[in-house]
Amino acid sequence: MFTTLAPATNRFRTGLHALAGAAATPLVPADYLDLLDPLRSRTDLRARIVAVVPETRGAATIVLRPGPGWRAHVPGQYLRIGVDVDGVRHWRAYSLTSRPDEADRTISVTVTAIPDGVVSGHLVHHARPGEIVHLEPATGDFTLPATPPDRVLFVTAGSGLTPVLGMLRSHLDVLPDVVVVHSSPTADDVIAGAELRAMAAAGRIQLIERHSASHGRLDAEQLHQLVPDLAQRETWACGPAGLLDALEEHFAANDLLDQLHIERFRPVVIEPGEGGTVTFLGTGRETETDGTTSLLDAGEDAGVLMPSGCRMGICFGCVVPLRSGAVRDLRTGEVTVAATGDDVRVQTCISTAAAACELDL
Amino acid sequence: MTALQNKTHDPTAHLNADDIEELGRELDAIRSRVMDSRGADDAAYIRKVIEVQRSLELASRIALLASLFPPAWLAGTVGLSVAKILENMEIGHNVMHGQWDWMRDPKIHSTEWEWDHASPAELWKHSHNELHHTFTNVLGRDNDLGYGIMRVDEDQRWHPVFLAQPLFNLVNAFAFEYGIAAYDLEIGKVIAGRKDRGEFRRQGRKVLGKIRRQATRDYVVHPLLSGPSALTTLAANMTANVVRNVWTHSVIMCGHFPEGVETFEKTSIEGETRGEWYLRQMLGAANIDGGRLLHIMTGNLSFQVEHHLFPDMPSNRYQEIAPEIQDLFERYGLHYVSGSMPHQVASAWSKVIRLSLPNELLDTLSRADRKTATADGAGRMAPMTEAA
Repeated sequence: MFTTLAPATNRFRTGLHALAGAAATPLVPADYLDLLDPLRSRTDLRARIVAVVPETRGAATIVLRPGPGWRAHVPGQYLRIGVDVDGVRHWRAYSLTSRPDEADRTISVTVTAIPDGVVSGHLVHHARPGEIVHLEPATGDFTLPATPPDRVLFVTAGSGLTPVLGMLRSHLDVLPDVVVVHSSPTADDVIAGAELRAMAAAGRIQLIERHSASHGRLDAEQLHQLVPDLAQRETWACGPAGLLDALEEHFAANDLLDQLHIERFRPVVIEPGEGGTVTFLGTGRETETDGTTSLLDAGEDAGVLMPSGCRMGICFGCVVPLRSGAVRDLRTGEVTVAATGDDVRVQTCISTAAAACELDL
Repeated sequence: MTALQNKTHDPTAHLNADDIEELGRELDAIRSRVMDSRGADDAAYIRKVIEVQRSLELASRIALLASLFPPAWLAGTVGLSVAKILENMEIGHNVMHGQWDWMRDPKIHSTEWEWDHASPAELWKHSHNELHHTFTNVLGRDNDLGYGIMRVDEDQRWHPVFLAQPLFNLVNAFAFEYGIAAYDLEIGKVIAGRKDRGEFRRQGRKVLGKIRRQATRDYVVHPLLSGPSALTTLAANMTANVVRNVWTHSVIMCGHFPEGVETFEKTSIEGETRGEWYLRQMLGAANIDGGRLLHIMTGNLSFQVEHHLFPDMPSNRYQEIAPEIQDLFERYGLHYVSGSMPHQVASAWSKVIRLSLPNELLDTLSRADRKTATADGAGRMAPMTEAA
């Protein structure tokens, strides 16, 4: 109906937006509308936690109701979630385990609490219904093609099961022949273990569980023995880097690499040390620094036009985004780590590189 | 007051270099402890303040749509005044200091924030965060000492134009946000030829654009939305802006102008150590005594001393460290300047009025005065005439 009314309606809407903007400045109208409903924003994707469902001892499914700006995912994709823990926003990527068309329009991620995991620990053990989290759109190409192959193999280990769970829940009707090989420490550690076993009992999938506590770690040779028709299958694999590397090697050696799809969740491990290479994004410059020179001095010495101010840590005139890396506060020794995609900004005048750093100028 | 270096009695004379560095270490320890303990409660605090401020502003503006009806006018005007004060003081000033950057919320971040004020955030952060907070109370470096239009220290040279400074100060109080914008543009420096004209023009355009948007909102858009109540809404918005201006002007005057606050010679900060910088901040600011409401309405600048020591510490934590800071002053034999708001405002105003006259005249007057005066009853304040 908008087509016939479009020009007039659009002019009216544009005028209304301009008026609302002029009435709200220096804020934007959305800042006030957020008071009424924080989920309604289409520019800032948010969701409310509606349930936290325990799965295993250390894993839980977080059921989220996203705002209207959310666009349905493709099973197998992941999303990044921004969670406030102890007042600080952290972003993490989790695979979606729900179907894209849940009747109650919720989406779910299944999170395994890792040791000292700030976000995973919070989500599994402390998150409560009602909590608001921030989202980025679903993304990733670890998905099935529009016409799925006749014979499919899923190889997963630990929380690597989650994207596959999303695909099984959504696509099982169009997958006639599915083998799932899943490795976990024990039978009790299998996320959605009962659901998978029920699928197997109903003859919908062939489930091969390997329990590393009793069977040892799954390796590629074993996989070939467990799935003799591996060469006739299209394989999707997700799990620890060691397993995926071994699979890649094995598939390459058997000339099957184009039948293997893998999803790597590389946990960014930055070991803070002393100094490092500092890259000034947008300037084409980089420099080596020691652990005592401030990022500001290092940048200026390298000929970069750096924003600066008091040069003693009080005015915040030198703050720039740290796209990745680690910095140490020269006053307190406190280390700040930023992984790609995190929204971390640092004061360059009192920070020194504690690892290779990318600063955005 | 007179620059500390020119005084016959130096209030820091009893401290040696080691004492001052130890003082700095103690302050660093307090800072680290509080900064390490920032958490969910602090985040909830600032989010709550922002939520309350925006709700109050929205409700007040809605009430003013019917401002022809006097109770609506009154409620709307009071609400909007309070909302504007909260926005400038507890929220804008403190967010732009980076007090909440640690939350990593781009919506409450020093690099993103823009406030309801004539001076754009970028200019304000330069003149306030960088110049004022680094060079606090250093004569010739910290322009907050009289904003370049007033003489608030005996060591600032007298000029006949300062005879009118009580009037300047009164006008400035009513139009404070525009005064600040002009001040942030460093118009004085431009006239003196010490500022790049191109830079000035660029900044000037920003300020004018900001003023235009602010004025359009308060004096055109909202009055028009009020229909038959247009004129009364216009009056309400103007009143709220003036109330906010006078209030913030008074709070800011209390920060550095009351008697007992020290100033410093330009040369005294050459090679200044961290301990010495802390010491200067301790002596260069004054607090306001009061309750919770006063602290929030002043943006916790009632803890100006604590704020100057730790400008990036979340404002809700100043009250908590104030007793420790006071204890530190006592142990190091220093004078913690604090007083009620009426007292501090009066003290600051009396200085503005007194120093409109040249020192020689003041000397003569004070000598005549001393013959008849009884003891100075200022309580915790330093004797007003010690420097004169």
